[in-house]
Amino acid sequence: MSFWQRHQVFEKNSIILIVGILLAIAVGGLVEITPLFYLKSTIEAVDGVRPYTPLELAGRNIYVREGCYLCHSQMIRPLRDEVERYGHFSLAAESMYDHPFQWGSKRTGPDLARVGNKYSDDWHVTHLSNPRAIVPQSIMPGYPFLKETELNGDNVADHLKTLRAVGVPYTDDQIANAAADLKAQVDPDGNGAEALTKRYPKAVVRNFDGKAGAPTEMDALVAYLQMLGTLVDFKIYNEKANLR
Amino acid sequence: MSASSTKSMTIGESGLSLTFAVTAFLCVFAAAKALDTAFAFHASLAAAASAASVFFILNRYFERGELPPQEINGRPNYNLGPIKFSSFMAMFWGIAGFAVGLIIASQLAWPALNFDLPWTSFGRLRPLHTSAVIFAFGGNVLLATSFYVVQRTSRVRLAGDLAPWFVVVGYNFFILIAGTGYLLGVTEGKEYAEPEWYSDLWLTIVWVVYLLVFLTTVIKRKEPHIFVANWFYLAFIVTIAVLHLGNNPALPVSFFGSKSYVAWGGVQDAMFQWWYGHNAVGFFLTAGFLAIMYYFIPKRAERPIYSYRLSIIHFWALIFLYIWAGPHHLHYTALPDWTQTLGMTFSIMLWMPSWGGMINGLMTLSGAWDKLRTDPVLRMLVVSVAFYGMSTFEGPMMSIKVVNSLSHYTDWTIGHVHSGALGWVGFVSFGALYCLVPWIWNRKGLYSLKLVNWHFWTATLGIVLYISAMWVSGILQGLMWRSYTALGFLEYSFIETVEAMHPFYIIRAAGGALFLIGSLIMAYNLWMTVRVGEEEVQSPVALQPAE
Repeated sequence: MSFWQRHQVFEKNSIILIVGILLAIAVGGLVEITPLFYLKSTIEAVDGVRPYTPLELAGRNIYVREGCYLCHSQMIRPLRDEVERYGHFSLAAESMYDHPFQWGSKRTGPDLARVGNKYSDDWHVTHLSNPRAIVPQSIMPGYPFLKETELNGDNVADHLKTLRAVGVPYTDDQIANAAADLKAQVDPDGNGAEALTKRYPKAVVRNFDGKAGAPTEMDALVAYLQMLGTLVDFKIYNEKANLR
Repeated sequence: MSASSTKSMTIGESGLSLTFAVTAFLCVFAAAKALDTAFAFHASLAAAASAASVFFILNRYFERGELPPQEINGRPNYNLGPIKFSSFMAMFWGIAGFAVGLIIASQLAWPALNFDLPWTSFGRLRPLHTSAVIFAFGGNVLLATSFYVVQRTSRVRLAGDLAPWFVVVGYNFFILIAGTGYLLGVTEGKEYAEPEWYSDLWLTIVWVVYLLVFLTTVIKRKEPHIFVANWFYLAFIVTIAVLHLGNNPALPVSFFGSKSYVAWGGVQDAMFQWWYGHNAVGFFLTAGFLAIMYYFIPKRAERPIYSYRLSIIHFWALIFLYIWAGPHHLHYTALPDWTQTLGMTFSIMLWMPSWGGMINGLMTLSGAWDKLRTDPVLRMLVVSVAFYGMSTFEGPMMSIKVVNSLSHYTDWTIGHVHSGALGWVGFVSFGALYCLVPWIWNRKGLYSLKLVNWHFWTATLGIVLYISAMWVSGILQGLMWRSYTALGFLEYSFIETVEAMHPFYIIRAAGGALFLIGSLIMAYNLWMTVRVGEEEVQSPVALQPAE
């Protein structure tokens, strides 16, 4: 029986054909994906990386909601020009708490993986409201509504709980204080600031949008942008420990 | 109303109307408890759609006589209603998707067009564009052609009575929910997989029914062999189910809110995403449309498929190799090197089955090449295969790591995608619809072949403008990013590279506009074909269209 005749078993039995298809498509995915859950370089924690504060998380959700990832990447490749333009290449650990990841696939605008602390809060607020006020040639949409919209922080504790269920190590303490922490991060003179920075090392407490009162969506988004890429201290980072 | 005494409700009719009645109540409840307005809106839409479904099912029951027979005079009584619906929706979403594409292309050239409003900004419209053209336009073309091809090549009526309608209407409802969601800021934030958890769940149900309808029709076929197009359709349906389930598991923050968090994070999420993303290209935009090629080109050219053996090799090699190619979207990222190299290797190997398929499609015209001169529909189908060959050469080339270091993150990728999407998927779909509409509406031919010719040339010119503009802008931007001065400093600031893109963004928008105009010509042509086209007198098989 020739090869071509043997193939008739697939052509005459739909169930065998489906099983054949499933086997053929299973191999590649299994080989490429499964090891990523076990390999040291993809699951190792790096000093400094921590889950997002409630305000940063809210800001990140706005980043996702507005589709920022469609024009901005958050993944610096280990190429000479990128490292000089944007900073140290991105580590796997730096996005380990990102659900979903926001590495992006297109740079209509610049990479944002290390945009934190590069510009002032004022710069961000003005730029987000009207990009061309700061960069005349910019083609970015304006988001003036962010600073007019009060941040909806009702169920922020539920967000933390949900993230814990999918693997982000939020503590009971962090979840219990989520709503308070959300407000505390925009109130440097308040009582909650110290407890917040204890729960989230390196968290920056500032009135990001410069407006008094309850946190706005602008506060959240700027808080998120200002922490991007700032968690790992590359002066003490040990490259050898994280060989890829 | 003269319901005969023997008429009784089918299990499908009673079961579905009951399910939808319960769903309607649950959705009203969910809308009342909703945490955000988008969720309330979607729950209300679902409640209204469920109530409407109950009405339509019951109304059909009271109006109908016996159920349509499987055969009439020994010939299969093909079910054409759902195919007509999907064909219409394909044209509708196609025009909508191309129009949104033109809008966002113009926004990149003239940012004032974002209007500084949340629901008109690029970030929300872009997923609307991609989903409308891929899943709404492409998806409806695949539904329509697969339901047609599987019936004709199996020589039986489509399985199920209400099930095919459930699939086509349910799928379009998924599109409606997903699309309105994007405008309201409801997104999972994963490219080409943006719909939130409840849309994903609904799609899963619809897709399983789709698989069952298709598979059951194949199983009850009157032909000993499963026709080659149906292998590709099956691979498409099964694999898309696997990809959808693998990429989208998410935990909602509340069952009464739209926000959820995907189960995967960081590197693992990236790998799942591009395993999904690249195979959405491989199995949705390639395998499914190759099925169209394997049925419609031989049919239109009135020639058998060039090589049966090549189609076997093409099929298995393509589906086996494609799945590995995802990591080429993640070159030089934090994904381990070995995974990137595997992805690159398999992407290059993929060139072979892709061109095998192209050769099989093109060589089918052996002895019928002269028809390209006289039949613009066949020309469209053949040019689509040529574009397929071109983009499946470009793809493997761009997956090579050194090439990718230049092309990644630039417009070159956008150009590559569109040579495949406009040239291959677009043209093969247009060709298939031009064939299909006269067949299912029982017309002698199209209203005007001259208009098809106009469509062909406007769209082709549009594609050429589009992809050449993106090649130039992509390579230019990639080179500018890595350009150094003699003193060793980066030569250009980022914004200078943005500025340099401006003329190409205008050319691209012009190309998109031409493509859109072409599709409007097509819609008019198809509309007139159905409205005033001459009826085919001796219909060979479809004696009584069911619906």
